[in-house]
Amino acid sequence: MNFNATLIGQLIAFAVFVWFTMKFVWPLLLSQMEERETRIADGLAAAEQGQKDFAEAQEKSTAEINKGKEQAANIISQAQKRHDEIVEEAKDDAKAEVARIKESALSEIEQEKEKARQELRSQVAALAVSGAEQILMREVDQNAHNEVLAKISQQL
Amino acid sequence: MSSGTELTSNSYLQHHLQNLVLGQLPEGYPRVDGELDAATWTFALNPQEVMDMGFWSLNVDSMSWSIFLGVLFCFFFHRVAKKSNSGAPTGFANLVEMIIEFVNKNVNDIMTVKNPLIGPLALTIFVWITLMNTMDIIPVDVFPEIMKLATGNPLAFHKIVPTADPNITFGMSIGVFILIIYYSIKMKGVGGFVGELALQPFGKYMIPFNLILEGVGLIAKPVSLALRLFGNIYAGELIFLLIATLIGSALPFFIGSIFGGMLQFVWAVFHILIILLQAFVFMMLTIVYMAMAHEHH
Repeated sequence: MNFNATLIGQLIAFAVFVWFTMKFVWPLLLSQMEERETRIADGLAAAEQGQKDFAEAQEKSTAEINKGKEQAANIISQAQKRHDEIVEEAKDDAKAEVARIKESALSEIEQEKEKARQELRSQVAALAVSGAEQILMREVDQNAHNEVLAKISQQL
Repeated sequence: MSSGTELTSNSYLQHHLQNLVLGQLPEGYPRVDGELDAATWTFALNPQEVMDMGFWSLNVDSMSWSIFLGVLFCFFFHRVAKKSNSGAPTGFANLVEMIIEFVNKNVNDIMTVKNPLIGPLALTIFVWITLMNTMDIIPVDVFPEIMKLATGNPLAFHKIVPTADPNITFGMSIGVFILIIYYSIKMKGVGGFVGELALQPFGKYMIPFNLILEGVGLIAKPVSLALRLFGNIYAGELIFLLIATLIGSALPFFIGSIFGGMLQFVWAVFHILIILLQAFVFMMLTIVYMAMAHEHH
């Protein structure tokens, strides 16, 4: 081991490199790394917050959906009820209508019957007269027998 | 023939462990090509010339590789520092930030006092020493062969591992030592620092003894820092060289090449651990010494 001026050279080089590192490398890199550290921490916190918010929102939405489902079921059951009511009403209406139509038809029939009877009555009188005419082969005083004839036709 | 082989491998080892030294030789110095007419700045051709150049000579290879790797470190780290932002880091920036975080964590764990110098100091030490140690992985013959081709001199020296040169490791540990003394005096005052040396551990009646004990402890810090790193890397380099000489060239050419190559690879894999570990140890001890310099006992 023989020492020479290399020792001093190395000492100077060492000092220069340490100075350079202290001036231009270390503070720059360290501050950026620290900045990044805080950014990462912030990012992680934000992500956690976001996750929490998301979970909350999910819970909320589930609740809303459940509420909606309940409402829909309610509405459906109400509609079912209403539907039954309407059907019942319609049935009742139809029955009443049927009864009404039946009644009017009956009364019409009654009227027709009455009309036919009247017609028959008048014709029976004429027939009876003509029949009697033919039987008696003579003129019958219509006026004289009107009372009788009316009595007969009244019996019809 | 065994003595011949030994001589060859011996000179091979010597050649590969010799730095490329630039220094001044005095007038009338006998060299291989005759005596010098005047004092000349030149590259040493053998260990004796290196000795004769004295202190004011320079290990050009260690120095230039060391500075080159330091500049490389500064350049890449500065580029990352300029480009990076607080967004997601990519590619190389990840590695840089991982290293910074690792160093910063160690500094914060050990230092009780905040000092903006310690972080950059530890980072520089760790990365720079790692880079310098990593030069050990490059096969031992590559750069000597390149030098041979470049200069035409088969004996041109070139040692590429700066930390296998004690000048480099002592250069750094003395830097750390200066900081230890600077911060000791700054934090505790001259009186406090001297008091710490003189009055511990046995109180004021044993001052000379205390001084010797604490003085040795103080001096041991830079010496052990430098020697530990140097010793580990030098030994690693030596083992690469020994594998190359004893296995690679002692066996017949093909077997020697393949077997030697395999052994080199295995040792290189083990050596990666030493490379990182020694850089880490140097960094950690520096931080610990700095922390001790800042604390009152």
